[in-house]
Amino acid sequence: MKYAVKKLYTFLIFFFLYAPILVLIVFSFNSSKSRASWDGFTLNWYVELFRDRQIMTSLYYTLVIAVISSLAATVMGTAAAIGIHNMKMVPKSICMNITYLPILNPDIVTGISLMLLFIFIKIPLGFFSMLLSHITFNLPFVILSVMPKLKQLDSQIFDAAMDLGASRIYAYRKVILPQIMSGVLTGFLLSFTMSIDDFVVSFFTTGAGVSNLAITIYSMARRGINPKINALLTLMFISILLLLVIINNRMSRDVERKASVN
Amino acid sequence: MRKNWIAYPYVVWMVIFTIIPLGLIFYYSFIVKDDSGLHFTFAHLQRVFEPLYLIVLLRSVKLAVISTLICLILGYPMAMILAERQLSRKSILVVLFVIPMWMNFLARTYAWMTLLEKKGLIASILTSIGLPALNILYTENAVMLGMVYNFLPFMVLPIYSVLSKIDKSVIEAAEDLGGTPYITFKRIIFPKSLPGVMSGIAMVFMPAVTTFVISRLLGGGQYTLIGNLIEQQFLTTRDWGFGSSLSFVLMVVILLSMGIMSKYEKESEDGGLW
Repeated sequence: MKYAVKKLYTFLIFFFLYAPILVLIVFSFNSSKSRASWDGFTLNWYVELFRDRQIMTSLYYTLVIAVISSLAATVMGTAAAIGIHNMKMVPKSICMNITYLPILNPDIVTGISLMLLFIFIKIPLGFFSMLLSHITFNLPFVILSVMPKLKQLDSQIFDAAMDLGASRIYAYRKVILPQIMSGVLTGFLLSFTMSIDDFVVSFFTTGAGVSNLAITIYSMARRGINPKINALLTLMFISILLLLVIINNRMSRDVERKASVN
Repeated sequence: MRKNWIAYPYVVWMVIFTIIPLGLIFYYSFIVKDDSGLHFTFAHLQRVFEPLYLIVLLRSVKLAVISTLICLILGYPMAMILAERQLSRKSILVVLFVIPMWMNFLARTYAWMTLLEKKGLIASILTSIGLPALNILYTENAVMLGMVYNFLPFMVLPIYSVLSKIDKSVIEAAEDLGGTPYITFKRIIFPKSLPGVMSGIAMVFMPAVTTFVISRLLGGGQYTLIGNLIEQQFLTTRDWGFGSSLSFVLMVVILLSMGIMSKYEKESEDGGLW
């Protein structure tokens, strides 16, 4: 009896979580515009999606910003993590608190404060301001992915490399970097995902003519329902899911490696 | 590895793009400029607490509190069920719980728009079995439904992660000593899960109280929340002083509640998502 109740409860919660997503995906293949009745299978909405100028331009901006911002955040964030790791107690905790600040702050406040900054220092709102904002909110994710790897590192390895005549840069490249590489890559993939998924910060920091996919979806959804949005969201869901499977595989491989060492 | 100058670009970046922008919010909230120069003022902050806007603030808090409570009531039993599963099946269920969270939240909100609208699936199912089509899109209930749907996993996962770390032998000991399931839950399980509950509450309440998308798409603009009010001040009315004051109040409320919560969270170090 008790077992059956638990099963039913689990089923209901999962039904609640998945039914709307499944309906959304199913109706992206519906041949009529109706959201209530099934009128046959079609890929028409997907074809129209790729013909839509506005959507294709925002896809382009989304990808360009995601690639540049996650690369920039990875380079700067990895360097920062190494530097912060070597700091003394007080500066280290100040830096870590600054790192947590954008994560704790509500998105809307981050977005608005950045918008105020760009207007204040007269950077026109548009592609460049959005890119700078994405780098800003990506940085903490890189640092928080690299930090744990640095903590596991044996600090004497670096000294050993130096004793054996390696230059500082050579020692970083050949000794430190390979050991923290998995954290660096996780940070990169995580920021890439965050950047593709972001709506609120982009919404406030972009200007006329430049929008990413999330902003386009929002402005389309505000005008009403359109099966093209279903098709677009389905594709986005699948690609985010693939990215996360990759990230997850990397992380579990790490865990296995750690387990085999111990 | 003593050189830490390679962190400086990051520090400079964060000062420019995080600290100074927050300073600007503070600046626009409290400083007015007129002919004789800059003046400190509480005028904007006072406006936030005028009845007209106080209603909006209270409505946002009310909707967020109710949604958080619903998430807690629905989520706690779910977390318990997840935590007591056999190890192999557990991980699949937990992954299944995380997946919807990674769908863009606009998508999750939009999905409910299509379900709830007048010609939508729910309405047509109801009419086909002879019930009156209930119209809840663009009501307060739709906004709360959207919040619960979007944020339920944020409640379940922290509670789950704390519950699954509770030592089973402690529970067995309580049962051996004659504790009924109710007493075991009240005296042992619930107190031990409190850090997870606290971080769950924080992770649901924070996005719920600041959202402007859910209220715009599912409330249709009639149910203005503080997020919508802030958005309006910057994008429509262009009243930066008032908008900054609203953001400032919101930020103080959030950071204060996070500070209080983190006292409880310390006990469960990796109770979060990462």
